[in-house]
Amino acid sequence: MSARVFNLLFVALAASLPLWMRDPYLLAILSSTGIFIIAAISLNLLLGFTGQLSLGHAAFFGIGAYTSALLSLGFDVDIGLPSPVVVDPKPVWVAFFGAVAVSGLFGFLIGKLAFRVRGAYFVIVTIAFAEVMRMVALNWVDLTEGPMALNNIPPLSIWWPGSGLIALVTKPQAYWLVLAVGVVCYFLVAHMVRSRIGRALVALRENEPLARSVGVRVTHYLVVATVVSAAIAGAAGALYAHCVRIVDPDVFLFIYTVTMVIMVVSGGKGTLAGPVVGGLIFGLMPQALRGTAPPEVQWIIYGIGIILIVFFLPRGIVPAFADLARLRVPQALRRPAKVAP
Amino acid sequence: MDQILQHGLNGVVLGGTYALLGIGLTLVFGIMRVVNFTHGELYAFGAYLAYLFVALLHLDFFLSIALAALAGFALGAVIELVLLRPLRTDDIDTVMLVMIGAWIALQNGEQFVWGGVAKLVPSPFAQEPLVFGPVSVLPLRLFVLAVTLVLLVAFYLLIDRTRLGMAMRATFQDRDTAALMGVDVKGIYTLTFALGSSLAAIAGALLGPIFLVNPTMGNLVGLKAFAIVILGGLGNITGATIGGFVLALVEEFGAGYLSSEYRDAFGFVVIIAVLALRPQGFFALKGRVG
Repeated sequence: MSARVFNLLFVALAASLPLWMRDPYLLAILSSTGIFIIAAISLNLLLGFTGQLSLGHAAFFGIGAYTSALLSLGFDVDIGLPSPVVVDPKPVWVAFFGAVAVSGLFGFLIGKLAFRVRGAYFVIVTIAFAEVMRMVALNWVDLTEGPMALNNIPPLSIWWPGSGLIALVTKPQAYWLVLAVGVVCYFLVAHMVRSRIGRALVALRENEPLARSVGVRVTHYLVVATVVSAAIAGAAGALYAHCVRIVDPDVFLFIYTVTMVIMVVSGGKGTLAGPVVGGLIFGLMPQALRGTAPPEVQWIIYGIGIILIVFFLPRGIVPAFADLARLRVPQALRRPAKVAP
Repeated sequence: MDQILQHGLNGVVLGGTYALLGIGLTLVFGIMRVVNFTHGELYAFGAYLAYLFVALLHLDFFLSIALAALAGFALGAVIELVLLRPLRTDDIDTVMLVMIGAWIALQNGEQFVWGGVAKLVPSPFAQEPLVFGPVSVLPLRLFVLAVTLVLLVAFYLLIDRTRLGMAMRATFQDRDTAALMGVDVKGIYTLTFALGSSLAAIAGALLGPIFLVNPTMGNLVGLKAFAIVILGGLGNITGATIGGFVLALVEEFGAGYLSSEYRDAFGFVVIIAVLALRPQGFFALKGRVG
């Protein structure tokens, strides 16, 4: 079965889900899981295809959520200019794409700054960036309402033939919206990694000096990947804002970044399906564990889970199953080629 | 003027513990090439042990700090032997993921054992501040400063004057050559990680009585330790010492004169500024970037 048919079947199955599965609670869980899968897809573009670990990905997610919420609610803020900056409420889709653009812009700045040096530095810069963003969201009360959170964020709406503009408020509608955005993001990333850009990214992940020597503009492509990744994370954040309809500074918490990293690494970094598979497992697992274990214990299981995956499935679930399906000695069970540091 | 002196004194007292944290982290990175995300948890571990020994078991305060240091050493050695030694030849990202997993597990383990309520560690020192002319300082804080200064000096002597320190420096410069010269590199790794963890645990045990002890206290401190290490240049012990004092002073003066809400953000602004201006850190030797 070719990958294309499999993808179509998967999307069709996912899209038909609300028609035969009427539990609104489970649909809400799937919607929020879907939002995190989109964020994980964006993280995978950086972590899986360029090999750069962004531990501040929640920052792009949070910037998207706050931007979209603020633009759709409107705000006025005094930043020392003669008259305060006043922004009237914008239509929700304008807010949504504004959020994507602002997140992408931050991705550009961080990419430009961090890729002067890479590896451990990039990781630490991204962590620091997310932490600064969280403190701004907490303390710039005039703009963000601080810990009181932004409330009553309008839902996204679409124009539907026959019924005009309808707000997407019910659980199935929100679910379909997340699914649609997720599918668009998935194919965007799939297209990108198969293009010239993607080949350049893989080339420099595998052997940077060699890639450089044949003329791949390393920093340029890394920055492009960061911008796209940040923009998709921003889209996920904007979806979150309009689906949950409340945004507080906790969206910047490190634990959200960790959740995305776990999803990508367990599913299989550098594979397109990896974040989806890992996201479904780790998005639904807390629900399965709910009631059986307190949250701390769940997180302990998460932490140990990461360690076990790195030790026993270093390439992730998807590559392991792909190899099993081809009846080979699973490549994933072998350790990846060892590189002297 | 008096205010400047007071902020400066507070900064120096805090800077000593920051330097301890930074040295532990930079040593592990420099020698082992491991980005140690458990560092902040070892700090919290030390603080909780101080609480356990002093408040619950009513042991002597000074003995408790020594015990916390030993326990930090032991926990560090266990982490190294169980998690890091098997992955010694894997790339830095793989190891980083394992350390993130260990960090989450340790932090939530603390939350599980101790609960979310902050704990106060009692100290035997008087609560009245000592007044020196225009400035005043709590006796406990002076004690912390004295201990950190002694430890800093002892650590320099260890690295600079002993055979063990020489072996560590050799491993830092070139692991393979050091191994060829008969240095037990595996042993050095375990010892380095245990020492770094021990320093973090001491810092936690010392600051526990000053601040409250809570399960997430390690997060911010861990990130600040990274800021200190970047400021000084990854792997540079002198740089980390100076970086610790610089960050503490920046925080003190920033909180005093600019904005106390953003106190904890200054460290991260420092990271971003350092990387924009001088990515190899302010005290690094040439050619040690990345």
